[in-house]
Amino acid sequence: MIYMDYAATTPMDEEVIGAMTQVMRSHYGNPSSLHRVGVEAEKLVQRSRETIAAAVGVLSSEIRFTSGGTESNNLAILGAARRYRSRGAHLITTQVEHASVYEAFRLLEGEGFRVTYLGVDETGAVRLDELEAALTEDTILVSVMAVNNEMGRIQPIEEIGRLLKSRPRTLFHVDAVQAVGKLPLQPKGWGIDLLSAAAHKLHGPKGTGFLYCREGVELQPLLAGGGQEDGLRPGTENVPALVGMAKAVRLAVERQEAFAAHTSSLRRKLVERIGTLEALRYNGSRQSGEMAPHIVHFSYPGMKSEVLVYALEQQGVCVSARSACSSGTERPSRVLEAMGAPYAAAVSGVRLSFSLRETAEDIERVCEALTRVARELGSVTAEPQKGRRS
Amino acid sequence: MIQWQKVILKLGELVLKGRNRHRFEKTVYEQVKRVLAPWPGITYRREFGRIVLTLGTVPYEDIRPRLAKVLGLGSFSPAVTCGLSLEEVQEASLQVMAALGDTPRTFKVNVRRVNKQFPHDSQEMNRLVGGPILRAYPSLRVDVHRPDAELRIELREEEVLIYCVSDEGAGGFPLGSNGRAMLMLSGGIDSPVAGFLALRQGLRVEAVHFHSYPFTSEKSQEKVKDLARKLCPYAGPVKLHMVPFTSVQTRIHEAYRDNLLITILRRTMLRITERLAELHGAGAIVTGESLGQVASQTLSSMNAIGRVVELPMIRPLVCMEKAEIIRIAERIDTYETSILPYEDCCTLFLPPSPSTNPNLKVIQSIERNLVWLEEEIDKAVGATETILITEEDAEQDRYSSLF
Repeated sequence: MIYMDYAATTPMDEEVIGAMTQVMRSHYGNPSSLHRVGVEAEKLVQRSRETIAAAVGVLSSEIRFTSGGTESNNLAILGAARRYRSRGAHLITTQVEHASVYEAFRLLEGEGFRVTYLGVDETGAVRLDELEAALTEDTILVSVMAVNNEMGRIQPIEEIGRLLKSRPRTLFHVDAVQAVGKLPLQPKGWGIDLLSAAAHKLHGPKGTGFLYCREGVELQPLLAGGGQEDGLRPGTENVPALVGMAKAVRLAVERQEAFAAHTSSLRRKLVERIGTLEALRYNGSRQSGEMAPHIVHFSYPGMKSEVLVYALEQQGVCVSARSACSSGTERPSRVLEAMGAPYAAAVSGVRLSFSLRETAEDIERVCEALTRVARELGSVTAEPQKGRRS
Repeated sequence: MIQWQKVILKLGELVLKGRNRHRFEKTVYEQVKRVLAPWPGITYRREFGRIVLTLGTVPYEDIRPRLAKVLGLGSFSPAVTCGLSLEEVQEASLQVMAALGDTPRTFKVNVRRVNKQFPHDSQEMNRLVGGPILRAYPSLRVDVHRPDAELRIELREEEVLIYCVSDEGAGGFPLGSNGRAMLMLSGGIDSPVAGFLALRQGLRVEAVHFHSYPFTSEKSQEKVKDLARKLCPYAGPVKLHMVPFTSVQTRIHEAYRDNLLITILRRTMLRITERLAELHGAGAIVTGESLGQVASQTLSSMNAIGRVVELPMIRPLVCMEKAEIIRIAERIDTYETSILPYEDCCTLFLPPSPSTNPNLKVIQSIERNLVWLEEEIDKAVGATETILITEEDAEQDRYSSLF
């Protein structure tokens, strides 16, 4: 079985499991307790914070722990919009954001905020001139993801940051869940105020993530409770998971260059093969520098995504129908529709995502599986489609 | 990126005066070896008034922040070496110039010809090296009096050393060259800064901390250890004496709780510190007192408190403004730790209005009534726990496998 669904989640690193096991055994204290056992746990929380801050190039006081990408995104968007409402009620995001961003904005619309959902071009990228045109005096928050979770399209984050630099009243949030530890990111250099990440996308534990919250930015908490995380995110810290996340982030950032080099070469092979199969339609930009190196997306117009997922599974390959979080639904992909894909392509998207662990032989096997599936399904669908047309 | 092969360390000018030079040099040399211990590949050569490091494969940028914390070091310059031929010297000089981030407006070449076999003399060399550089940088001019950059070339017996940039050293006196002192380390902003300034003045420092566990938390003791650790890059391992103050403090509080309480507590702390100084061979007490900051730091308070000991009291911050102190605390990276909000023993049992003008005679008569005080002081000194704080704390090591 070849696992090709790393953008959904990743297997945990053995070293991370080892560290977490040790913490669960020996450091069970509550970091808020005053006694020695608590003090030790608190030290681990602090070390985790420092490790992550050093890896992403920010201050440790700017790292807030959360339960994962969804909470980081919610906390950043809801927290910033509600906190700075007195400055204005206009928000900007895109049509291709992850549900945890998109739905947060829908919620804010219900609270009376005005939201502009920017479209994307046929490669999936936000256009800077459209963003610039959408900005108003009232705009208090712009939220754009770093890497699209379905398509793998890289968004022009650095350029957006530059555009927003002259607007100190407009906060810039980046959902970097698919990008941290995979692509270069400079929260400080790029003028990012809020940045979300999740541990389980980079071989860390599920249920834990962090939000970079630039010094000076205040957020309204989502939860009421104790004073943890400066009161922003109350609740007893998940110490083993935080230690695991810190280790996973550090390892991922250290391996980032190797990751990019390796996955880019695998990606090239996959894209090439998809190009040779007539039934399949590659989605995204043809410029490899504009695409995350570890994600490939294609459609099989006329075939529902689920059918492809099952067919590929029979060939021993695990893939996703668009984002795992919404793959149960029958509706066409919001992202593909935004990119202007026809309905038939938008309901048949499949995502392949991989890591440093897959070898060239693995990818060759995946290519063979794709070829077989395209051929076999092609013969099945030919008849009924013809019949329907006549 | 240029590959620096050597680093030339120059001792502070202060150090070169007087008969102590040899001892000072030796101390600086030992401190350099201590801070560079993690890089065993580096080799050292002591020369007159300076030390030359051979880096091997170690990148200069890695060791630079560590060298910047060696007290008594005036400056240090990364250098390249090359063979004894004109062409090699010219080429290496261009490399060194290219390594300067911004091209300076003016420069000069300074050649020292130790090796008299070298075919060109210093005057000729200035011209032969300067010419190609001026051609490479058309906007550059020569200024022999006050150049922005000085390219130094040493033609030695075996090799040529070429350097231009200098990093500023920490300056001050070499560690311990002026003796040993006890630093009263509270956990606030001031006392770590006082400790740093004492270290820079050549005092070897041992820290004394008074804790009132269980009235103060264990976290406040951790905080003090962290602060002591911040001094280690300058001082090497630091001895931290943890004095259990609870019993003395509560007994004094039972017997007397009026507006002179703080004065009496501070005097008791000083007496304990003086006893520890005797035990550990220290000749002074360093405090973070700053005139007028709090009630116990008015002139008459400082008089009433300081009179209790005979050792010299050193108060590096006494005439500094708070903002200045905070700036130094940020520079030595103690500020963030200092402002963590844990109780310390001085904030416990605060009298309603501490006296800003205590009367020494009154204090002495109150203390005479505390007949058990001497015995309590003995007990506190006897129960003091001494911990050796090192830069890589044992707990950090214990945890480091987890990260």
